[in-house]
Amino acid sequence: MKSQKLKSKVLINLLLILGACIMVLPFVWMILTSGKTLAESVRIPPSILPEKFQWNNFKVVLDKLPFIQFYINTALMILFRVVGSVLFSAMAAYACARLHFPGRNLFFGLVLMQMMIPTQIFIIPQYLLVQKMGLLNSIPALVLPGIVSAFGTFLLRQFFLGLPDELEEAAKLDGCNVWQTFFKVMLPLAKSGLVALAIFTALFAFKDLMWPLIVNMSLDKMTLSSGLANLQGQYTTNYPQLMAGSLLAIWPMLLVFVVFQKKFIEGIATSGGKL
Amino acid sequence: MEKKINRRKYNQEEILWGAILIAPTLMGLIILNIKPAIETLILSFQESSGFGKTVWAGLKNYKKLIGDPEVTQAVINTLVYTLIAVPFIIVLSLVAAVLMNQKVKGISFYRTLYFLPVVATPAAVAMVWRWLYNSDYGIINYLFSLVGLKGASWLTNPHTSILAIAIVGIWSTVGYNMVLLLSGLQEIPKDYYESAEIDGAGAIKQFFSITLPLVSPTLFFVMVTTIINSLQVFDLIFMMIDKTNAALPKTQSLVYLFYKQSFIMNDKGYGSAIVMVLLVIIMLITVLQVKVQKKWVNY
Repeated sequence: MKSQKLKSKVLINLLLILGACIMVLPFVWMILTSGKTLAESVRIPPSILPEKFQWNNFKVVLDKLPFIQFYINTALMILFRVVGSVLFSAMAAYACARLHFPGRNLFFGLVLMQMMIPTQIFIIPQYLLVQKMGLLNSIPALVLPGIVSAFGTFLLRQFFLGLPDELEEAAKLDGCNVWQTFFKVMLPLAKSGLVALAIFTALFAFKDLMWPLIVNMSLDKMTLSSGLANLQGQYTTNYPQLMAGSLLAIWPMLLVFVVFQKKFIEGIATSGGKL
Repeated sequence: MEKKINRRKYNQEEILWGAILIAPTLMGLIILNIKPAIETLILSFQESSGFGKTVWAGLKNYKKLIGDPEVTQAVINTLVYTLIAVPFIIVLSLVAAVLMNQKVKGISFYRTLYFLPVVATPAAVAMVWRWLYNSDYGIINYLFSLVGLKGASWLTNPHTSILAIAIVGIWSTVGYNMVLLLSGLQEIPKDYYESAEIDGAGAIKQFFSITLPLVSPTLFFVMVTTIINSLQVFDLIFMMIDKTNAALPKTQSLVYLFYKQSFIMNDKGYGSAIVMVLLVIIMLITVLQVKVQKKWVNY
């Protein structure tokens, strides 16, 4: 009995390690390649470690593409999308969960409908709208489609529904109006839901490729995601430089993830994972 | 109970605040989603006549679409990608979640590692895999050669390109679904397993008679969302298959074709018709899944 337990423990650990290797090795290979010379990268049999780590690859990529500008654009896009979607979703979600007004169910129906339609359906008219407003190649163009969030409204409504009524009633008795009750009493209680939504919004804005690609064609208004696509389009053969560029593009989110990994994982688990 | 609340007289203050609180989201949804959805539908019956002007074209786009072998192939490619990727994503993320649910040292470290591909931008993911797949200098073909096998030109061969893309899709999605399934697994009461053990049920038996039925609602959710996302595959194809790649026709998905027609060829009417096809496919498959779920999901 005991030896069988031990055997299954060993098997579980082996499988976990095997999986971890598959998940991590591409990143390791990315880092190793980014430090190689072009000649080293195409050597057969492949050299594992770079003879001397070529920091120059990063310098060349930073000279070729305005990475600093990409960081700023990406950060601004994420910031405005997170603030907008968290604030507006919290407001709408609170109204849906706690207030009684005509048209509430109709509004919630619209929220559910939006979540079921693939986003590509919205893209052409959204693009034409941005174009008509003269906002192509600007930060507002990056932010616009994510400024409100049907998914956020849905997620936070679940949160508000789960909070106790008594606190709200106490606030009312103390003379709070609806806004004060919402802002001072209920919002702090929904903090974990707000954090989950903020993380989701940030992650998926960071990973979005098609929208930044079509609205911002000028290099200094691109995000990390679309800027990197540009690097590949122009310099396809120099893999050490492509890997250096990839590393420059992924490290901010990897860092945020490693620091807040518990929150990331809790966020997905609590939200049910709808994108 | 619900009826009683609805029949309750509305309070003036709540009506006012309700309107104020939903206003930004309602306006956003109307301007950014509802109006665009209707416009895309209308646009799919129109064709552009230069300078952004459009004229009514009736069913022309749809007729063209039915006779267009590129569209037919894109539908096939999209379905093939989904058929390859989804079963592996589901099985592997379930296996990973079950392993993570055991008492093992350093489990949160493993969780972090498995989740890493999820937080990398698809552009970077695509680039590193292109390098791994490189037919001359790629590490994958080198590993094949070590065991005496001849590798493939993974991304340029029309027979392997969709498989190669699907492998990357699987790699970058397993960690995400694993977290969802793990949270489903953790809701299963421990004493179910204890009493099964007393009855002498082995690990395999326990998995099929306790774990699988009890995690089936989460599994259903994961399946529906994974299929919907797979049907929308774009980023990996766009980044890994060059426009001059001979394998492109056998690899491009419906969303890729939508992008190409709408924003490269600038035929937004035809692009809209293509995305309508995607909508119909997603709806059909989702409705089918909801129908079939009664047979296997335990609530």
